[in-house]
Amino acid sequence: MAKATREAYGEALEKMGGLCSDIVVLDADLSKSTKTCVFAKSYPERFFNVGIAEQNLAGVAAGLAAAGKIPFISTFAMFASGRAYEQIRNSICYPKLNVKIAATHAGLTVGEDGASHQSIEDISLMRSIPNMTVLVPADGIETHQAIRFAAEYDGPVYIRLGRMAVPDLFTEEYKFEHGKAVCLVEGTDATIVATGIMVHIAKEAAEQLRAEGCNVKVLNIHTIKPIDKEAIVNAAKQTGAIVTCEEHSIIGGLSSAVAEVLVENCPVPMERVGVCDTFGESGIPKDLLKKYGLTVDDVISAVKKVIARKA
Amino acid sequence: MNIEVIDSLTEKTWNIRKNIVRMITQAQSGHPGGSLSAVEILTYLYFKEMNIDPSNSKDPNRDRFVLSKGHAAPVLYATLAERGFFSTDELLTLRKINSRLQGHPDMKGIPGVDMSTGSLGQGLSAAAGMALAGKIDGNAYRVFALLGDGELEEGQIWEAAMFAAHYKLNNLTIFIDFNGLQIDGSISEVLSPLPIPEKWRAFGWNVLEINGHDIQEIHCAVQSGKAFQDKPTAIIATTIKGKCIRKMENVAEWHGKAPTISECEEFLFELSRGGL
Repeated sequence: MAKATREAYGEALEKMGGLCSDIVVLDADLSKSTKTCVFAKSYPERFFNVGIAEQNLAGVAAGLAAAGKIPFISTFAMFASGRAYEQIRNSICYPKLNVKIAATHAGLTVGEDGASHQSIEDISLMRSIPNMTVLVPADGIETHQAIRFAAEYDGPVYIRLGRMAVPDLFTEEYKFEHGKAVCLVEGTDATIVATGIMVHIAKEAAEQLRAEGCNVKVLNIHTIKPIDKEAIVNAAKQTGAIVTCEEHSIIGGLSSAVAEVLVENCPVPMERVGVCDTFGESGIPKDLLKKYGLTVDDVISAVKKVIARKA
Repeated sequence: MNIEVIDSLTEKTWNIRKNIVRMITQAQSGHPGGSLSAVEILTYLYFKEMNIDPSNSKDPNRDRFVLSKGHAAPVLYATLAERGFFSTDELLTLRKINSRLQGHPDMKGIPGVDMSTGSLGQGLSAAAGMALAGKIDGNAYRVFALLGDGELEEGQIWEAAMFAAHYKLNNLTIFIDFNGLQIDGSISEVLSPLPIPEKWRAFGWNVLEINGHDIQEIHCAVQSGKAFQDKPTAIIATTIKGKCIRKMENVAEWHGKAPTISECEEFLFELSRGGL
């Protein structure tokens, strides 16, 4: 089954609303797109539209949290992490207030809206703020559990969600562990470290490589911060080469987080699959992923390149 | 309010003013002008109006105060110390390494500080969020905030102004410290936010205009604001930047400058004479 992580977010939020009456939800005039409309329908007395005003969205959430509520705020990743960056930093993270920023339509796969709406810097911005936790679920099931974790965790959480449907990677038995990488495929020749919508692409790349006799390990990093250092170092030791995959700029996101761990602990050859310091453009998601180098074939060539670099 | 109450509050204002001067001099850094303009407002709130308990500073039922113009931290710290939230000795650690008294308020560190502020424009949104939480819970606490007049140049203020009126947050009362000056000069010359009352009325607020150094007027405005059923209240308080220190009064340069040791002595002497 395929489902966009924003769809799963809408369902999970509605479910959490029934379990915890302290949860309140705020949106900035995008509730039909972010899927907070599902919560709004079930719990209208706990849903507040702030209008097209993302700075106030973050600030009001800080006040609600300071008074004991658990606010989930949603808008597109572009506006959450960009427009409200300083409010998130100073009003939410500095006082470590219990606000959950569930940002949808992240990355190039927003599609036709084009570069102005394609957030490819949000992981970088959010992970650099002290006290912030950054989650990027890879499918609907992981999204459900990430939302539950966020609701239970005391502190600011940024959850990056997508517009485009992604295939299920996990079953209902899956157990989300905060800060723990998930090994989806075992292998010894190299490791693909992926996050978000790139996880299923990485997995498919590993399957195609296996047919060619190349055994590649695949790690799903759903928690960008705090990152699972142990899993990354072990993968580097075990396979001797790393490829990162993210629907984000190659500056500051997953690749940077992984490189930080590697240089300090176990430097090995590394290649990065991501958006190469450029803005996106309008187009359907499939065409965008192809043009900007985020396909199965791109991952396969990065793996081959990194293996060739192994001493 | 009877004259004894006003006298007693006035006495507090002199202590608070002296401590503002002492702490900024000790730090050799800080914002005296906009701290001194807000002394009567904070004194009234913390000693007369707000339902607070220094021994239970996190009481969920307490009234809240957000210093949106966070650079006026010295007036907040001096008032909290005077009210018994922490020792007045600690005031002299302002802006020094390892102190709880950060240059701008840090709610994690100091008892009695309800919101971390400092980046202008953000406090009103947080205050509105607290007021909304009170509405959701049916809790009767009130939320107060103090904004600078120059701060009204920040766009987020008007986002929050629309929000508070839209959700009929009548449990929210804000003061605008209308001292007419910002760092680079007079507010009308830098980027005029005038006319201020008309703007807040147009945004759907109950608007009152007072002399921000007259405790009786502050009292009447706060009580009048509480009576409104469907609107938040903005009290435009005309004040004098650097109030009660002649050298500082209405001088923009004293927005963010510390007195020298000898100026400090001179100012404290002036304040003790005023207190007599």
